[in-house]
Amino acid sequence: MEKANKESIFKRVSDTNLLLSITIVVFVLMYIGAALILGGAFTKPQAFFNILNANAALIITSCGMSLVMITGGIDISIGGVVALVSMCCAVYLDYHDGSIFGSVLIALGIGLAYGIVQGVLVAYLDIQPFIVSLAGMFFARGMTTIVNTAPFNVSNEKFVALKLTRINVPGMGSTNKLGAYVPAYVEIGVVVAIIIVLVLFVVLRWTKLGRSFYAVGGNKQSALMLGINVKRTKFLSHLICSVLAGIGGYVYFLHVGSGAASHAMGMEMNAIASSIIGGTMLTGGVGNIIGTLFGVLSLSTIQNIVSSAGFDQAWWTGITIAAMLCLFLLIQSVIMANKKKALKAV
Amino acid sequence: MKNKKTFMWLLLSLLVLAGCGSSRPVNTEQDVLTEQTENEDDGRIVVGFSQLGAESDWRSANTASMKEAFSINNGYNLVFNDGQQKQTNQITAIRTFIQQDVDYIVLAPVMETGWDSVLEEAKEAKIPVILVDRMVDVADRSLYQCWIGSDFELEGKKVCEWLYQYTLANDIPSEDLHIVDLQGTLGSTAQLGRSRGLNEAAIEHGWDIVALKDADFTQEKGREVMSELLREYDNINVVYCENDNEAIGAIKAIESAGLTAGADIKNGEIMVLSFDGINREALAYAKEGKIACIGECNPLHGPRVAALIQSLERGREPEKFNYVEESIFSTLDDVETIKVDGIEYVVASPK
Repeated sequence: MEKANKESIFKRVSDTNLLLSITIVVFVLMYIGAALILGGAFTKPQAFFNILNANAALIITSCGMSLVMITGGIDISIGGVVALVSMCCAVYLDYHDGSIFGSVLIALGIGLAYGIVQGVLVAYLDIQPFIVSLAGMFFARGMTTIVNTAPFNVSNEKFVALKLTRINVPGMGSTNKLGAYVPAYVEIGVVVAIIIVLVLFVVLRWTKLGRSFYAVGGNKQSALMLGINVKRTKFLSHLICSVLAGIGGYVYFLHVGSGAASHAMGMEMNAIASSIIGGTMLTGGVGNIIGTLFGVLSLSTIQNIVSSAGFDQAWWTGITIAAMLCLFLLIQSVIMANKKKALKAV
Repeated sequence: MKNKKTFMWLLLSLLVLAGCGSSRPVNTEQDVLTEQTENEDDGRIVVGFSQLGAESDWRSANTASMKEAFSINNGYNLVFNDGQQKQTNQITAIRTFIQQDVDYIVLAPVMETGWDSVLEEAKEAKIPVILVDRMVDVADRSLYQCWIGSDFELEGKKVCEWLYQYTLANDIPSEDLHIVDLQGTLGSTAQLGRSRGLNEAAIEHGWDIVALKDADFTQEKGREVMSELLREYDNINVVYCENDNEAIGAIKAIESAGLTAGADIKNGEIMVLSFDGINREALAYAKEGKIACIGECNPLHGPRVAALIQSLERGREPEKFNYVEESIFSTLDDVETIKVDGIEYVVASPK
C-alpha cells in the first residue's frame, strides 16, 4: 500500500516535469517568434529585462499561489493584500516620515497576519479557501481605502533612491537610436523574485516539507497514512502564500512608487493563470515553481506582443491568454485520464 | 510507450497552436506597418500612443481623432495601445515604445501619480513625451515635453456666462436663480475646473447655489441624485450637470417627478446645463431644448498633437500647456455671443 502511494507521488512529479517542459517550450517559441516577426523591441536584451522588472511582484505572488494550488487550495486575496501593503507603506513613509526598514516590516506584518488568519480558517476550521480569501480580498480592498482614499506618490527621499536603484546586467546592453550605449538593468525587486523562486524550488524539490505539500494536494487520505500533518501543511501553504503576497506587495510598491486603492486589480487572476500555464493543476498535487516563473513570463510576453504590434483592440491579450489556458487545461486533463488508465492497469 | 505517443501528439498540437498564436498578428495591416518602421527608411514619424481605455463616448472620439491624425497618409506610423484603465498596462506600453525607438510618445494617463520612473526612462532615451487630456503629477516638469487638453474652468465660465446673458435677455433677476450642481467624480480635473467656474460666477452675480452633490459623471447617479434633490428642495430652477450623462439622468429625474426640463424658468420649467457635447442622446435633448446649453469639451486632440509634433520636428520649442478650442452649444436664440476673459465666443447650434 505504502509502496503504491510512493510510486504515485513519484509519477506525479514526472507529470510536473512534462508540463514544465511544455511551458518552457511555448515561452521560448513565442519569444523567438516575436523577435523574428516583430523584430525591434524583442531583439534587445532590455526588452526581456523589462518583462522581469514589470512582473517581479507577479512572479513572487504567483509562487505563493502555486504553492497553495499544489496543496489543493486557492488564495484570491493576494491582489488586495498587494494594494493594502503599498498603501500602508506609502502612508507610513510619507506622512509619518518612516524608515525603509519599518516599511518592510509593515509589508511582512500584513502578509503574516493575513496568512495566520486565512491559514487557521482554512486548515483548522475547514472553511473553503475560496470563500475565506474572497472575504480577505474585500477586506483588504476596503481597508486600503480607509487607510487613504486618494492615490498619491511617495516622495520620501530614501525610498525614491531605493526605487531608482538599478542593477546593471554585466555584458548586456544595446545602443539606442542616438548612438548611446545603454546597459541592460534590472530593479531590486527582480533579484528578490529570483531568490524566492530558487528557495521555493529547492524547498519543493528536495525537502520533506516540500514533498508533503504535493502529498496533501494529491491525496489527503494517503498523505494522512504517510504520517503527514495535513492541517499543518495546509496552514503553512496559506501562511507562505500570504507572506509572499506581502513581499510581492512591497516589490510592487517599489516598482510603482505610489499607493492607490486600484493597485494590483485582478493580480490574483493573473497569478492563477500563470500558475496554470506553468503546469500547476487546480486539483492539487502537481506543479512546479520554475513553471510558474515561465507562466508569468509567457503572460507578459503576450501583453508585450500585443502592445508592440499596435493592435487596436487590447482584448487580444485576454483572448490569447484564454487560448493558452484552454490548451494547458486540455493537456492536464489528458494526463489525468492517462494516469487513471495506468493505475487501473497496475 | 503510450505515454511517449501522447507526449508527441501534445507537442505537435502545441507547435501548431503556438504557430497560430504568433502568426495571428502578422496578417493584420497594423503589423505590416510595425515591420516597416524597423526599416526606418520610409521617413515616417513613429508615434507611440498609450490611451488609458475606452470608457466613454468622449474617449472613443478622442482615440478616433488620434488615429486619423496619425494615419499613414499623413506621414506617420502610429503604434496604438489601449491601457484598459490600468496604469501598469500603460507603463508596460511606454517601456515597449522606448524599446521600439519610437520618435514620440503620446500619453493619456489614467491617473496622475506614479509616472516618474517610466518618464525618466523616456527622457534618458531622448524621446519627447506629449501628455493628452489628463495631467501627471511629477516633481520634475521636464519629464514631459508639453500637455494638451481642455480648459475645464473656461468651459464652466462660458456656460455660466451664457446663463447670465440669458437671464439678462429674459429679465430674470439674479436672486431668482436657485442652482444645484451635479458634480463629476470628485477630484478629477474636469470636476474641479467646472465646479470652480460655477462657484466664481455665483459669487460674481449673486446666484443662490442650493446644493452641490457628487453624481460621478454617470447617468444612473445623475438620476438618483437629482430625484433626491427634487424631493428635498422645491425651489430648484437650474441644474448644472458636469457632463452629458449626468444631464440625461437629471432630465429623467425631472420628468418622472412630473416637472418639465426646459429654459422657461418663469413658468416653472427646470433649466438643464451640461458639458461635453459628444453623447448623441444629449445632443438630441439639446435640439429639443431640454438641455438649454452645452459647454463643448473637444475630444479631437489628434490634429493639435500632430501640429505640436510638427513644430518639434522643425526644432521649435512649443508652449508647455496647450488648450484645445472649444465652443458652446444652444438651440435657444436669446444669446448669440458671449464674452469670457476678453474673448468672444459664438453660441452654435448643436451638431
